[in-house]
Amino acid sequence: MLKDITLGQYYPVKSFVHDLDPRVKIILTIAFIVAVFLGSSLWAMIPITAFILLSAKAANLPVKLLLKGIKPLRIILIFTFLLNLFFSAGETVLLQVWKIRVTQEGLMLAIRFSMRLVFLVTGASLLTLTTQPVVLTDGLERLMSPLARIGFPAHELAMMMSIALRFIPTLLEEADKIMKAQMARGADFESGNLLQRARAMVPLLVPLFVSAFRRAGDLAMAMEARCYHGGEGRTRLRVLKITHKDYVACAAVAALIVICVIIG
Amino acid sequence: MAITIEHLYHVYQQGSPFQSDALEDIDFTIENGDLLALIGHTGSGKSTLAQHLNGLLKPTSGRVLVDGQNINAKEADRKALRQRVGLLFQYAEYQLFEETVYKDIAFGPKNQGLTGKELDHRVRRAFARVHLPQEVLEKSPFELSGGQMRRVALAGVVAMEPEVLVLDEPIAGLDPKGRDELMEVISDLHRGGVTIVLISHNMDDVARIATRVAVLDKGRLAMLGTPREIFSRGDELEAMGLDVPQTVQLCRKLRAGGVDMPDCLTNEEVCAAILAARGRTAHA
Ligand SMILES: Nc1ncnc2c1ncn2[C@@H]1O[C@H](COP(=O)(O)OP(=O)(O)O)[C@@H](O)[C@H]1O
Ligand SMILES: [Mg+2]
Repeated sequence: MLKDITLGQYYPVKSFVHDLDPRVKIILTIAFIVAVFLGSSLWAMIPITAFILLSAKAANLPVKLLLKGIKPLRIILIFTFLLNLFFSAGETVLLQVWKIRVTQEGLMLAIRFSMRLVFLVTGASLLTLTTQPVVLTDGLERLMSPLARIGFPAHELAMMMSIALRFIPTLLEEADKIMKAQMARGADFESGNLLQRARAMVPLLVPLFVSAFRRAGDLAMAMEARCYHGGEGRTRLRVLKITHKDYVACAAVAALIVICVIIG
Repeated sequence: MAITIEHLYHVYQQGSPFQSDALEDIDFTIENGDLLALIGHTGSGKSTLAQHLNGLLKPTSGRVLVDGQNINAKEADRKALRQRVGLLFQYAEYQLFEETVYKDIAFGPKNQGLTGKELDHRVRRAFARVHLPQEVLEKSPFELSGGQMRRVALAGVVAMEPEVLVLDEPIAGLDPKGRDELMEVISDLHRGGVTIVLISHNMDDVARIATRVAVLDKGRLAMLGTPREIFSRGDELEAMGLDVPQTVQLCRKLRAGGVDMPDCLTNEEVCAAILAARGRTAHA
């Protein structure tokens, strides 16, 4: 039940996008976000949507999976849409009921804002679905490493992130198991009012925290036993390398940015 | 109370690239009064099957019937079911959460709606069955040793007084003493009329106390029979990555060494067979 969360879960297939260098993918994701903000007209949504569909194709991902990532955001999406629809200033009135009116400008704005949200989430999902968490943090560490010279803890941050990412599925699995164990003892996580439901979480949360701390302690011990001492002088197992595929991907995103700027 | 499993299939994460067929066409009945041992290699689907017995998992297809009632039918009362079929999870010590052992054992019966004297009775009776020192009752579960915690967790399930008790590897990771004591508790419960499904990798225990044995192999029911029937098929078990009890191993070694003896399950049988074989050689 808890395992149905897809946002950020790696999708293990072989593809052009999977093979890209994580540093390049991170930068391109940021560039894609810039493109989404540059293309402010409705027309710009066509090339952006086309780009996402093409990327999904190149990444060998079913589009359904990308859309699944949006599902948890549907409340926010609807809220954004309605807020922009009803509360933006505009001239051309399309519909008026009592004091509430919908203008053409408002409708445009509402579509634009909600589509932007969808684009941002799918863009980020494209990155996380095609990049293993460890590789992703590796790329982040390398990108941040120039900052290490001015005292920024790039390695430590990346290490913390990869450990956290590594343990998310483990903790979900554990939560699932504890939940079932308590349900076997008659616990009820589904019914009751807010207060009752919050109280019902205690038998789940206490064992979960206890085991998270135990795991953290064990892991720290195991790392120390293997002489972990931070990032200094550490060599890597996976050496990142830019290939011709990365140049192709860069060109594609650059083209998207240019198109968005032209359309405006 | 009998549990009938009919053509049960279970697929985890169907339709995703992580899809895995955990159970395929499982079909058998757990009879009232059985002490059924469920054995199989790691990943063969034992825990998955266990969670189907009290409706924690839903079949991908097939049915589970408790006393003839389909437990996944819309009108089935899941809460009442979980009271009748108790399940102790693998590494159950990690489910403890209350301030004191007493309160933790009381969690299950309290969820059943018991209060006051009756609740107190239930807790004390369940606690008495797992043979822990009396002072443990008022301690925090987190101060106890692993073996003691495991027994507290068992008491927490026993306190619900289920008719069928499913135990998922209850002795995994315990020291020999803790293991023997826990097996004693399980035998006691069985003698007291509780139907038991015991998942275990310890074939000596299985040979000693099981009335029937079910063998799972890669999600399929490979064998079902009495311990004697099952352990006489040692070669097939070994092919599935399973052991036979030490008693049976000894008999096979002796036979290979030229001693004429049958497969025996208990130590007493082995002794008798060796003595008989010696008698025969002395006569010859
Ligand atoms: N929550 C789950 N999600 C996906 N696959 C699972 C899950 N739980 C178990 N499996 C898979 O189902 C199979 C059977 O697992 P399990 O019932 O735990 O076996 P056993 O208890 O015999 O070791 C294994 O291949 C395991 O990887
Ligand atoms: Mg198991």
